[in-house]
Amino acid sequence: MFLPPSDTSPATLTVHVDGHPVRVRPGESAAAAVLALGLIPSRSSPVSGVGRAPYCMMGVCFECLLTINGIPDQRGCMVPVADGMVISRQLDRTGT
Amino acid sequence: VTDHDLAIIGAGPAGMAAAVAAAGNGLDTVVLDEQALPGGQVHRGIEQRSVLSDDDRDGAALVAAFRASGATYHPMTSVWQVQALPDGGFAVMASTGGVSRKLRARRLIVATGAQERPVPIPGWTLPGVLTVGAAQILLKTGGRLPETPVIIAGQGPLPLLYATQMLKAGGRPALVLDTTPRGGVRRAAPHALAALLGWRQVVTGLGFMREIRRASVPVMRGVDAVEAVGDGGRLTSVRWRHKGTWHEADATVLLLHEGVIPQTHLTMSVGATHDWDKQQQCWRPRLDERGETTVPGLAVAGDGGGIGGWHVAELQGRMAGLRAASALTAVNNADAINAIRLALRPWLAVRPLLDALYQPRAAIMTPADDVVVCRCEEKTAGDILRAVAAGALGPNQVKSFTRCGMGSCQGRQCLTTLTTLVAEARGVEPQEVGHLHIRPPLKPLTLGELAALSP
Repeated sequence: MFLPPSDTSPATLTVHVDGHPVRVRPGESAAAAVLALGLIPSRSSPVSGVGRAPYCMMGVCFECLLTINGIPDQRGCMVPVADGMVISRQLDRTGT
Repeated sequence: VTDHDLAIIGAGPAGMAAAVAAAGNGLDTVVLDEQALPGGQVHRGIEQRSVLSDDDRDGAALVAAFRASGATYHPMTSVWQVQALPDGGFAVMASTGGVSRKLRARRLIVATGAQERPVPIPGWTLPGVLTVGAAQILLKTGGRLPETPVIIAGQGPLPLLYATQMLKAGGRPALVLDTTPRGGVRRAAPHALAALLGWRQVVTGLGFMREIRRASVPVMRGVDAVEAVGDGGRLTSVRWRHKGTWHEADATVLLLHEGVIPQTHLTMSVGATHDWDKQQQCWRPRLDERGETTVPGLAVAGDGGGIGGWHVAELQGRMAGLRAASALTAVNNADAINAIRLALRPWLAVRPLLDALYQPRAAIMTPADDVVVCRCEEKTAGDILRAVAAGALGPNQVKSFTRCGMGSCQGRQCLTTLTTLVAEARGVEPQEVGHLHIRPPLKPLTLGELAALSP
C-alpha cells in the first residue's frame, strides 16, 4: 500500500510480516513494513473486533500495535526495522 | 539513579537547541527521545537521507551541533513518568528497549512538540486512512509513496507541502480536498500587516500551491464535509460535500490533516496548569514570560507549549537552555536571551494570520452523533452527549461513564473533541469543563519491566 521508491537504495534489509518477506531501508519502522506489504488491517480492535491499521506513524494513536520478535503490543511505528525481524499482525486478539 | 543538572525530553528542534545551549554553558544535560535518531518530526532521519532544501541544511547543522554538544543522549527512550520532587528537582522514569531507568534532574525542559489534530470524520478508523504527517514520515524514512488513487483532505500548510513532496518523488495525488473554512481571508485580513514581518512563510505557502497547480493536480476548495467509505475492512472510496453537493471517488489511501496541536500529556501528568486556547482550539500549558509552567523548574520549549513551527521551536529551545544555565550557575545570559527574543518576532508575527486563516472546522470539533471520537474504546459523539445528559460535567466524568479516553492512547486522539463536545452540550467554555487527568505510565509498560526497576 506504500510503495518503495524507484531509486531503491542498495542498503536494504529484510524483515518478515506474518511470514512474508519484505525489503525495507534502515531507519524505517516495523509499521512501515506492514504498510509496504499492504497487510491491513494490521490488528483488530479488542472492543468490537473491527480491523485497524497504522494511522499517525509517530507514536500518538496506538493503532499500529504489533507483535515484534515475540513481544506483543509494540507501537510498530516506533520500532526501527532490523535485519531478520519477525513481525506479526494482531488479528482476532481480545484484550490489550 | 543518575543525577543531572538538566533533563530535556524530546530531541526535535527545541530539545536539540536546548541541549546545545545548556551543555555549552556547562550544565550536565541529558536528553531523552523516543526516536532512534535526533531530528524530531521535521528533521526526521536527516542523518540518513540526502539534504535537499535549506530547511534540511539547517536541520542537519542543528543535529551535528547536538551530537557534538556533550549532552548525554538516550534515543529510543520513552518517558513514562515525571514527578516534581518535594525538595525541588524532578524524578524521570524512562524505558529503553524494555528496560526502565530512573533519572533525577534539577530542572526539566519538555520539548515533546506537536501532534496532528484528531480528525473525527465518518470512517476515519478504516485501514487505509492515515494522517498527512504519517505519509510524510513514510516518505522521509523510506522514500515510500502511497498506492494510487490517493486523496488528500484537509487544511493548513502541511497537505500542500506533502503534495509537492509527492510530486517531486514521482507520485501524484488524485485529488486535494481543501477544507479551509470559508471566510478565512476575511478573518485573516486584520493580521495581514503583522504577517508582513513573517512574509517568508506566506510566500512559501503560495509556492506550494503554484507547484500543485502546475502539475495539474485537481484542488477543490471550500469542501465542508469528508467521509471515508470502506468495504471488507479497508478504505474503498471517499465522499465529500462541495457547495451543497455530495461527490464520491475511489481511493486506496485517504490522507487527513486539520493542523497540529501541542502534545500536552506529559505536562498535564506533572500537574502543570493548562488553558484552552480559543484561537487554536486546543489545550496548552500555561507558561510565564520565561517559558516556565506553573510547576517551578519545569519549562516547555517548542510546539508543546503552543504551535509556532520549527524555527520558533529552535529559538525557544536555545532560550530555555540558556535560562536553565542562568538559573543553575553564575552565568549571565541576559544579552543572548534578548537577542533570541528579537529573532523570534518575525516568526511569531505570522501566527495570528495562519491561525485565523486555518480555523479548525466545526464538524471536526463537534462531530455528528454517529462519528467515533475515541478510537481506542470506539465511543461516538452520541455516547459522549448521552453521558453529559446523564450528568457528566467534564471529560473525567465522561471517561468514568463511558470509558472514552481510557484506551491505549490515553485520550491523545479524543481529548480535544471530548472537551469541545462537553462544553458545547453544557453551554459553557471548554476551560470550565477541564481536561482529562493524565496519569502514569504515560506509555504502556509491562509489569515485568516495572518489577525489575530497583527502588
